[in-house]
Amino acid sequence: MSSVALTHDAVSHGHEDAHHEHHHHETFISKYVFSMDHKMIAKQFLVTGIIWAIIGGFFSVIFRLQLGYPESTFPWLEDILGHWAKGGKLHPEFYYALVTMHGTVLVFFVLTAGLSGTFANFLIPLQIGARDMASPLLNCLSYWFFFLASVVMISSLFVQTGPASGGWTVYPPLSALGDASLGSKIGMDLWLVGMALFIVSQLLAGLNYITTILNMRTKGMSMTRLPLTVWALFFTAVLGVLSFPVLLSGAVLLLFDRNLGTSFFLSDIIVAGKILPNEGGSAILFQHLFWFLGHPEVYIILLPAMGMASEILSVNSRKPIFGYMAMVGSMFAILILAFLVWAHHMFVTGLNPFLGSVFVLLTLLIAVPSAIKVFNWLTTLWRGNIRFTPAMLFAIGFVSLFISGGLTGIFLGNSSLDIHLHDTYFVIAHFHIVMGVASFFGMFAGVYHWYPKMFGTYLNTTLAYIHFWATIVGAYLIFWPMHYEGLAGMPRRYYDYSNWESFKMFGGLNEFISLVAMIVFAVQLLFVFNFFYSMFKGRKVTTKNPWDANTLEWTTPIHPGHGNWPGEIPEVHRWAYDYAKDGRDFIPQDVPVSDDESKHH
Amino acid sequence: MSTAAIPAGTKWWNGGRSPFNTSYGKVMMWYFLMSDAFTFGAFLISYGTIRFSQNYWVDPNHVFNSFPFAGHTNLPLAFVSLMTFILIFSSVTMVLAVHEGHKMNRKAVEKYMLMTIIGGIAFLSCQAWEWTHLLTGQHEVLVNGHLEYWNTTVSHNPFGPEVMFNGREVATPGPIAFGSYFFEITGFHGFHVFSGVIINIVMYIKTKLGHFDQRGHYEMIEKAGLYWHFVDLVWVFVFLCFYLI
Repeated sequence: MSSVALTHDAVSHGHEDAHHEHHHHETFISKYVFSMDHKMIAKQFLVTGIIWAIIGGFFSVIFRLQLGYPESTFPWLEDILGHWAKGGKLHPEFYYALVTMHGTVLVFFVLTAGLSGTFANFLIPLQIGARDMASPLLNCLSYWFFFLASVVMISSLFVQTGPASGGWTVYPPLSALGDASLGSKIGMDLWLVGMALFIVSQLLAGLNYITTILNMRTKGMSMTRLPLTVWALFFTAVLGVLSFPVLLSGAVLLLFDRNLGTSFFLSDIIVAGKILPNEGGSAILFQHLFWFLGHPEVYIILLPAMGMASEILSVNSRKPIFGYMAMVGSMFAILILAFLVWAHHMFVTGLNPFLGSVFVLLTLLIAVPSAIKVFNWLTTLWRGNIRFTPAMLFAIGFVSLFISGGLTGIFLGNSSLDIHLHDTYFVIAHFHIVMGVASFFGMFAGVYHWYPKMFGTYLNTTLAYIHFWATIVGAYLIFWPMHYEGLAGMPRRYYDYSNWESFKMFGGLNEFISLVAMIVFAVQLLFVFNFFYSMFKGRKVTTKNPWDANTLEWTTPIHPGHGNWPGEIPEVHRWAYDYAKDGRDFIPQDVPVSDDESKHH
Repeated sequence: MSTAAIPAGTKWWNGGRSPFNTSYGKVMMWYFLMSDAFTFGAFLISYGTIRFSQNYWVDPNHVFNSFPFAGHTNLPLAFVSLMTFILIFSSVTMVLAVHEGHKMNRKAVEKYMLMTIIGGIAFLSCQAWEWTHLLTGQHEVLVNGHLEYWNTTVSHNPFGPEVMFNGREVATPGPIAFGSYFFEITGFHGFHVFSGVIINIVMYIKTKLGHFDQRGHYEMIEKAGLYWHFVDLVWVFVFLCFYLI
C-alpha cells in the first residue's frame, strides 16, 4: 500500500466524514447499550464504576464495623449476609472475603476501569480533536468484557463457599489449594476468570487509547501541545498493555495449579496432616508475576488522576501549568521506574537482601519525578488567580494527599525499615492515602470538571462543597491514626485485635476510625445522589466553555453528537496552557497565533 | 513501500496524520504483539526460574527422540526440526502473500494464503501427534523400590536420573515441572497458532470474495502476517528453551 493513500486515509478519517452523525437513526440499544460513541462508553464505565464503588465501599463499612466494635453484634447483618453473620456477628472467613473483595473491587473495577476507562474514553478523542476512538468496535467490546468480568466477580459473592478470601494479591498456596480455606474454592476460580476477562478488557481499551493518541491527533496537535491529561492517559495505557499480560500469565499458571495438578507455585505442602504430591514449585515466583503487574497498577491508578489534576489546577489558577515538559518527563520517568520496583513489595518474603538493596535504590528514585510533579503543581498554584470550584478543591486535595501519602512511601521503600513496618497498618495508611484516596480525589475532580461536558448540566455546588470537606477531613481522620497503629506494630488483616494485650489500647481509636469511615461512606452517597439528580434536574449549561478553558473539548457543542464536532475538526495552533498571556485571560488551542503575540512554548 | 510521494520536511508528529505513516490497525497490532510478548516472556522466565532451581533436568535428546511410523528408532529432535521447518516455511509463504498483496495480485494472495493455512494446520497436527505420544507413551520408572510404567503428563515425569536396579540402569521420577511447563507453554503457543489459522482462513475467504480489491489495499493480510510472524518468532524461543537447552 502506498504512503500517499495512508496519509490521505488519516486525513479523510479526520475531516471528511464529519456529516455522518446527523443521519443514521439510533435505537435505544445502539445508543445506550452497545454504543460505539466514545462519550457514551465513557459514561457506561463511569456508572458501572460508581456502582462498584458503592459495593466496594460498603464492604469496608461492614469490616470496619467488626474492627471498631469487636464485642458487639448487629442483628441486621444477618439479614443481609445470612450464614456469614450468624447472630449478627461477622464470620471470620467472610471478614477475609470482605477485605479481599474490597481491595479487588476498588483497585481494579473502580480505580482502573472506572477511572481510566471513563476519562480515557471521554477525554482522548475530545482533547486531541478526533471524531471517536481509532476503533469504536474494540472500544465497545472493551466495555462489554469489563461488564462480563463484573458479572463473574459479582457472582462469586453468591456462591455457597463465598468469594476469594486470600487477600487481593491472591498469594499461593492459599489461592492454589482448594482445601486451604473456604474462599480458596470456587470463589477463587471465579476471581481468576473474572480477572482474565478484566485483562482482556484492559488490553482492548489500552490498545485503542495508544493508537488513538498516536494516529488520530488533529492537524497542529503535536505531541508537545497535548494537554497533560492526554499524556497521562497515554502512559497509563502503555503501562496497562505491558503489565497486565504478566498477571494473565500468573493467573493462567494458578488456574493450572488449581485444576490440573501442576506445581508451578506449590512445593512441600501439608494440608490437614496430609502431605501433598506437589514439588518443585515456588510461591515467590507468583509474587514476582503478581507484583510485576501490581506495582505498575499503582501508577495505572495514579497517573490519570495526576493528569486531570494538572489540567484542572492550571485552568482554575488561570495560569499556565508550571514546567510542562518536566511534567511529561517525570511521568515518563515514573512509567519506566514503575516496571523496575516491583520487588519492594517482597522485601520480607525471602528475597535475597542484595536484590532488596537494588530495589530500595530504584524505589527511592521515584521520589525524584514525584517531587518534580508536586513542586510544579504548587508553583502552578503560586500567585494564581484561583477559582475554588469543586473540581479545583478536589485537585488541590489530590496534591495534599499525594504529598502526605508519598512521604510515608520513603519510609516503606527502605528495606530495613520495612522489616518493622511491613504488613502493618502503616502500609494500609500509606497506600490508601497515596493511591486510593488520592486517585479518588483525581476522579472526583475529573467528574466535577467534565460533568457539564458529559451531561450538559452542572452538579449542585453546595452538595459538592459538603462532599469535598467531609471527604478530605474524613480521609485524614481515617488513615492518619493508622500510621501510629502501624508504628506500634499492629498487623493488617486481623479479624479481632481486642484479644491482644499489646493492641488493646487502640480499641477506642479503632472505634473512632470506623465511625468516621461510616460517615464518609454516607457522604459519598450524597455525591451519588448529586450525580444522578443533576443529570436530569441540574442547572443547564448555557455556554460552550463554562470554565474558560483552552482545550478542544470546550469547542464542541454543549451536547456533542457522535462525531463530536458538527463541522470541521478545529485545527490546533498552540499548546493547551495559554492562560494569562499578553494580558488575555485565556486563548483556546484553536485560536491562531496572531502577529503581535509574545513568543512562548 | 514507496516514500517518494511524501514531500521533504513533512512534520510527522504535528497531527493530522499518522506519525509512522501507518494505519491505526497496524500500530494497534504492534502494541498487541508487545503485550503478548510480555505474556510469553512471563511464562518463559517462570520456566527458567523453576528449571534452574532443580538439581536435575530432563535430556531433550532422550525425551523427543521419536518420529511417526519410525518405531523405536532413536531420532533425537528430528520430529521437532520438521515441525519448526513447517512453521518457518509457512512464514515464508505468508511473506509472499503480503508481497503479492502489495501488487494487488489476488490470485497469488489466495495461493500463498492457502499454503500458509496448510502449514499452520500441519504444524498443529504435528503438535497433536507429539502431545499424544508423550501423554500415552509408557516409560519404565523406579518408584519407591519397584518398577512402574508412567506416561508424561503435567504432573508425572518418567525421565528422571537413572540409577542401578537389578543390574541395569532404570530411570527414576524426574522434576514434574518439566511436563507442567512443556504442556502449558506449548499449549499456549499452539492456541496462538490455532487462532492464527482461524484468522488466516478468514483472510483467505475475504480475499476470495474480493473484499480487499474493493477496499483498494491488502492491509488486512499484512496485519494477519504480523501476527503470524510473531507466533513463529515465539516458537523459536519455545524451541530453544524446551528442545535445545
